[in-house]
Amino acid sequence: MLRTFLGATAVALVLSAIPALGEVKVGSIIELSGPGAAAGTNFHDGVKMGFEEINAAGGVLGEQVQLSEYDSQTDPQVSRAMVQKAIDDGVYVITGTVFSSSTVVNMLVAQQAGIPQFTGSEAPSITQKGNPYIFRTTFGAQKGMPKVVKYMAEEMGVKKVAIVWANTEFGKGGYGAFMDEARNYGIEIVADLPTEQAQTDFSADVLKAKNSGADAVFVYLTEEESARFLREAQKQSIGLPLVGETTLIGAKVIQLAGDAASGAMGHVGLTADAGIPAITEMVDRFKAKYNYTPDHNAIKGYTAAWTIKCVTEMVGSTDSQAIADKMHGLTLTTDECPGVLMDATWDETGEMSRESFFVEVENGKQTVKAILPPN
Amino acid sequence: MAEFLQLILSGLAAGSIYALAAVGFTLLWQASQTINFAQGEFVMLPAFFVLVGMTVLGLPLWTSIAFALVLSLIVLGLMFKKLVVEPMLPHGTLPLVIATIALGVLLKESVKEFYGATAQPFPAIFPQTVYNVAGASISLQDIGNLTVSMLAIVGLQLFLGRTRTGRCMQATAQNPNVAEILGVNVKRMVLYTFLINAALATVASVLISPIYLAKFSNGETLGLVAFIAAIVGGFNQIRGALVGGLLIGVIDNLSAVYISAQYRSAMPLILLIIIILVRPQGLLGTSEGRSV
Repeated sequence: MLRTFLGATAVALVLSAIPALGEVKVGSIIELSGPGAAAGTNFHDGVKMGFEEINAAGGVLGEQVQLSEYDSQTDPQVSRAMVQKAIDDGVYVITGTVFSSSTVVNMLVAQQAGIPQFTGSEAPSITQKGNPYIFRTTFGAQKGMPKVVKYMAEEMGVKKVAIVWANTEFGKGGYGAFMDEARNYGIEIVADLPTEQAQTDFSADVLKAKNSGADAVFVYLTEEESARFLREAQKQSIGLPLVGETTLIGAKVIQLAGDAASGAMGHVGLTADAGIPAITEMVDRFKAKYNYTPDHNAIKGYTAAWTIKCVTEMVGSTDSQAIADKMHGLTLTTDECPGVLMDATWDETGEMSRESFFVEVENGKQTVKAILPPN
Repeated sequence: MAEFLQLILSGLAAGSIYALAAVGFTLLWQASQTINFAQGEFVMLPAFFVLVGMTVLGLPLWTSIAFALVLSLIVLGLMFKKLVVEPMLPHGTLPLVIATIALGVLLKESVKEFYGATAQPFPAIFPQTVYNVAGASISLQDIGNLTVSMLAIVGLQLFLGRTRTGRCMQATAQNPNVAEILGVNVKRMVLYTFLINAALATVASVLISPIYLAKFSNGETLGLVAFIAAIVGGFNQIRGALVGGLLIGVIDNLSAVYISAQYRSAMPLILLIIIILVRPQGLLGTSEGRSV
């Protein structure tokens, strides 16, 4: 009896001492609550769906991916702590965060630990700080703004513009990039309207933009604020073209703003309505799984998961340093990595380049007006 | 001039909704001598009751609003009184204040858990019609919000001043012991106060959610603004809460356009400081004696 007991104990001890095999850890640090929840939930669901498909197809290097989620609460300090927690938990790569205000803070922790981080943030400063471990999942505002301003000046004939922007890290980055480009094209800024994160009342901002004598209003706010702005603009019959970036015309904004989103236009890096079969199929699977229409953040998250898989398998191991090194100067085509959905290139700073779209909201969905080449 | 007119009107429309929430602070102060720090969440929650009615039960909008009103009366009126205020009040004001803070967190986190952290679209109660008046674009939504809020507050004032029940409620608020000696059913009057607060919160919620969108965290902003409005107007006067709410709505709009968009959220706080320094009882409030 005693021998049996000791034998069983010994077997249990040996089994518990063996490290878990066949599993690699990825951390998703993301805005699941707070003002960034709309964007964060989309991004996270995209990442999750990507890794579920990857696991179903055999995982990464033959091992299943264990995706752990950490809610940043859209708070930079919390996001920093969550990145540290993920690293302590043994992740070899990180996805998120989406809000630039959080990413500029938490990416320093990942950098110190040498963990590659695939962010959904778009503030130009993120890839300008010399951090060799940060990689975008879409291009920064400094890449998108030249395209949108060129379109406004050359295609729409805009000469005077009112700009409404979020007074946050995200907003300041886009605002600076827009102002630089507007100067280049000789566009006059007739109203400069900073707003606060989670602002609820936009009546004064809409009124100022409306009475500014602008040919168009450029709106650079996050999703929920964009929806409130569009509703107020409709309420006041603003009568001006409303142009923005991805956050003005995303699926969540269209859902929240309803009719008020009609006619809003802007530049998007990724769109569910691009007419690209791989994106259309991904969007259909996403809708069937989560019962809502994904926006560009979901597609960013999904492509992040597949980028991680493809680059890990190119390197041949989960060596974080080797993955970061490999990402610099890498071009992933849809032939070699179908999950990236569109060919993409990362430069030495982690910045991404690929084709993008100028779209207008019509009948509750984005309609592509022009395909803009990579820059 | 057109711009000024439009700013004033949209400020009054927003301010009237703040006033509805601020009246709640006043009512509960008079009924239980406490500050309900969950008042913002009381305004946030009914919007989700409406959405549950529409999306889960498949009810039409107005039936969902009626459903939300009934649920609010039960949860934010009856249950709040029975489960939070009555057990805590004998222990003094401070434990009750802390209990309302905890309740606010509970309501917020519950909505986040059961309905989600992202904002939800909320149907507009009024058509999206816009009128051009002297060059200003005046929306039917603003006019509607202002009218409904004012009717609710004026109706409450008339109820309290012109009906027997209303006068009994006032007597209870002023001196419950004497009111009881005079035959007033004090417990029932206090219950009425809580039910009225729940009803006003529902009206405010239905009016403001099409603009704010329905979100679990809406109570943070609303609660703070309504609290400031109640102090500015006078914490112990319903008409004070009305004036405070309207004033803050208008000042917020005017300061965003004519002073600084960046510092607009500081303006109500500056007004609050000035009022506390110059007239601590608020613009229309009356001084209350305190014994030690």
